[in-house]
Amino acid sequence: METSTAIHSHDPHGPHGHGGHEEHHALGFWRTYVFSTDHKMIGIQYGITGLCFLFFGFCLMMVMRWQLAYPGQALPFIGKLLANVVRNDGMNAGGVPGVMTADFYNSLGAMHGTIMVFLGIVPVAFAAFGNYVVPLQIGAPDMTFPKINMASFHSFWVGGLIMLVSFFCPTGPAKSGWTSYSPLADLADQSTNVIFNGQTLWILGMVFLITSSLLGAVNFVTTIIQLRAPGMTWMRMPFFCWVQLITAFILLLAFPPLEAASFMQLMDRVFGTSFFLPHGVTLNSHLVNVAGGGSPLLWQHLFWFLAHPEVYVLILPGLGIIAEVLTNNTRRPMWGYKAAVFAALGIGFLSFIVWAHHMYLTGMGAAVSTFFQTTTILISVPSVIILTCLLLSLWGGSIRFTVPMLFATAFLPEFGIGGLTGIPLAFNSTDLYLHDTYYIIAHFHYIVAPGTIFAIFAGVYYWYPKASGRMMNEFWGKVHFWGTMVCMNIVFFPMFLQGMAGMHRRGFDGGATYDLNKPVIHWNTTISHAAWTMGAFQLIFIFNFFWSMKFGKKVGNNPWNSTTLEWSAPSPPPHGNFLEPVAIYRGPYEYSVPGHPVDFIPQCDPQGPRTDAGAHGH
Amino acid sequence: MENEPSHAPDHDTAHHVNKHVKGYLMVGGLLLFCTALTVFLSYVNFGTQKANIVVAMALATFKAGCVAAIFMHLKSEKWTIYRFLLITAIFATGLFLLTALAFHDPIRLNF
Amino acid sequence: MEIPYTVSARPDTGLYNAKIGIWLFLASEVMLFGGLFSAYVFLRIGAQPGYWPHGLLNVPVGTFNTAVLIASSVTVVLAWASLKMRQFAQYKIWMGITILCGLLFLIVKLTYEWPAKFHHFGVFIKKEALAKYEPYLGNNYLEAKGLPERVEITGDVEDEAALKDDTAKTYVFKAIDAVNAEPINPESDRPTFLPRPLVEKKVVIDKADVDYASMFYPRHSAYFSAYFLITGLHGLHVLGGLIVFTYFWLPVGANLYKRNPEHLANRIEVAGLFWHFVDLVWIFVFPLFYLL
Repeated sequence: METSTAIHSHDPHGPHGHGGHEEHHALGFWRTYVFSTDHKMIGIQYGITGLCFLFFGFCLMMVMRWQLAYPGQALPFIGKLLANVVRNDGMNAGGVPGVMTADFYNSLGAMHGTIMVFLGIVPVAFAAFGNYVVPLQIGAPDMTFPKINMASFHSFWVGGLIMLVSFFCPTGPAKSGWTSYSPLADLADQSTNVIFNGQTLWILGMVFLITSSLLGAVNFVTTIIQLRAPGMTWMRMPFFCWVQLITAFILLLAFPPLEAASFMQLMDRVFGTSFFLPHGVTLNSHLVNVAGGGSPLLWQHLFWFLAHPEVYVLILPGLGIIAEVLTNNTRRPMWGYKAAVFAALGIGFLSFIVWAHHMYLTGMGAAVSTFFQTTTILISVPSVIILTCLLLSLWGGSIRFTVPMLFATAFLPEFGIGGLTGIPLAFNSTDLYLHDTYYIIAHFHYIVAPGTIFAIFAGVYYWYPKASGRMMNEFWGKVHFWGTMVCMNIVFFPMFLQGMAGMHRRGFDGGATYDLNKPVIHWNTTISHAAWTMGAFQLIFIFNFFWSMKFGKKVGNNPWNSTTLEWSAPSPPPHGNFLEPVAIYRGPYEYSVPGHPVDFIPQCDPQGPRTDAGAHGH
Repeated sequence: MENEPSHAPDHDTAHHVNKHVKGYLMVGGLLLFCTALTVFLSYVNFGTQKANIVVAMALATFKAGCVAAIFMHLKSEKWTIYRFLLITAIFATGLFLLTALAFHDPIRLNF
Repeated sequence: MEIPYTVSARPDTGLYNAKIGIWLFLASEVMLFGGLFSAYVFLRIGAQPGYWPHGLLNVPVGTFNTAVLIASSVTVVLAWASLKMRQFAQYKIWMGITILCGLLFLIVKLTYEWPAKFHHFGVFIKKEALAKYEPYLGNNYLEAKGLPERVEITGDVEDEAALKDDTAKTYVFKAIDAVNAEPINPESDRPTFLPRPLVEKKVVIDKADVDYASMFYPRHSAYFSAYFLITGLHGLHVLGGLIVFTYFWLPVGANLYKRNPEHLANRIEVAGLFWHFVDLVWIFVFPLFYLL
């Protein structure tokens, strides 16, 4: 039997060694906190940077919500400040400080989407939690490629910096939607002679972010395949690790076509090519001087080929986190582990062949629309299977409502609402009406916001003691939960009503132009106030996060009495993670095993029955 | 133990590899020949442009297959690697074929 | 702290880490170039007749570059084999040749092929005006023969700087390509292996008759856009591979060989896999752009 870690060997010139004999704190500030190759530090780097971007993207939305609630009115206090800072008179419409221009509204929308998806959720849910937890959960000393891991983080923050810098371009940041459709995205910001304008910087930022994800994906897959500790068979692996594996595969194979398309759009913008420009495009009543012969639809296909699997990238890690938190706080094994694993694999595969359901309104004929409708409805099956397994995992449990559990429990119906409201969108007939309305916004936000973001919160509260050795404050955690929970639903539920009335999703004036919006336009103020209130509740979380680092209750290895492997390591784990070589003897969720004196048996405990995850018949 | 330096040549592997050196040179020669053949055949009129494309692509696929199977050792590679490539092939094909289907099957208005 | 299976294989998978890593990366590269080739196909199928040019690239030079890359694929696998057989001196020779071949490929592309394009000019004639330029296009002859029509006149311009002048009313060629100088010569029906020399002839084209005109830059046509993007990206991959090879050819490689020769062999195998993929892509690029 191979030993899993070579903790006791000293190879000062080993390929991934940094000198071998030193502990990591002797490496100095830069090698410890900035250029670290330790997966835990990289996980924390991703986590904090990603959470900052999440908050920034949230702030962009809060500014947008002012315009939607009070179109044309000056934003108080902050408005004057923004009027001076924002380029191109974006917050100084008509010379009135604090009033937003339509262009700037579009920029806010495009950047809110881009930042939340690529700089917020993916880095936190996939990269941060994945990097920190996965090697610990499989019993590995680190990722297989620590230096590539470091490179992926640095590529990420550089991409993020480029996105932020784009706010200071003369014509403002990207403003063609997070979807960056051509011909608009080919031509936006071309009025200036500045090559590095906002729309172009968006593409460059995306290239760095895609690179970061690809490097990370290679690391995750290789690590999970190669570095599982002895006894950690595939079916004894925590569900969280399974979904991270699948997510990594999705990123690996879905991102490159978007990278190809990004290069093409970059060439359209900088070199005057016409990959996505047909003949006869006019801009400001003049024919654009390009060869033509390109296809705007080609961009859409290549974009959505990534962007659809991307939404599964956004939800799968969340589902994994919820599984971990639920099993731990119900003190019972996961219901249907095997079914959930196969369902997740099914989602991973199917996610690649559903993308054109985002393109039902592009004039696709019956054959191709039918194909995509069919695969889209098919993919709802494994999604429901996983949600059902999670729901049934509550049954017969001894539930304790810790803060992570509050978020995990709330996740279930919220994700249910998000998923079920996707059904009408799968059919091109109903989607014809609902496409590009607020219904869509409500649908996907229910999945990502009270879905994945709740999972992220659950994960932060849950794994915080492992990473820091201290608990976050429970009372303020509960306040954070209830405030966020209530506000989330006030923000997003009315959007279904607005969407069903036909309100368009990108209206800068909150829908005032169209009479059909009249019955539902009043919701804008309610939604906006709820969003700002939700913002205030996040301040509690931020304070709690930093305060607890110094003053939180100190804990040992396993404050939650959990079975998975990360809780057998010290809190926080040292460089190399485990003090002794690890071996696995049972499945990941051996809680409340009949006849056992304690209500949980850690995976690596040599005492106790040997099992697989599916051993108890559920 | 896994990463210890091995100074003595691993005899099995060394012999194994030695046998293959001649093979590499022969395949290299074959590839150069096929390149010349591709160029030559591109100036032969096979009827339609489509036919010429098929001929050229068939030769290119054969050459690529040689590189993959012999230079990249895929002929004797592990099942894990095949799995990755199979999945990739399915998705790459899907990307192309489904996009082609979408372009090929638009809604046609008959005013 | 050491990462297991960096050099020796994990028993159940039979693979060492970097091999899995590189194949995963190559899978993503297949998707990348797959996306690009798909775009090429759709752009080509969707091109208006006459707007997808043929015979504009230098086939002998392209063939030479293809041969160079294939040779380097052979030498890199021989370099790896030398390491496996613990013949370090041989490794250095084969790796050195590989690097030189790669450099030659890039030099030919960047100092000859691309600049030659950048100084060539093409003018697409409007449909209504095609008859006017019949002496340079020969469409009556082509139609009788059942061949696709010609809509472009290409050659060297008298004054490249004058092209930027928006007030000029004409484009002036000082020499035009043989297919435009002798449009009804049967030799002009199809592209030839050896490039035909330009014919010195002053040709004046009215801008009013022109649909679109450009030097052979990416913006010239979907064809050149795709050509420069794909060969450019491919070239960057060649450069990346060369950087990695050079790194292991330098004393760093010798040091790693002394510590753990199998480890160096693995790294060269992995880098070689990347290089073979780059060669593989070129095997498709060459016929698609140069020959078809």
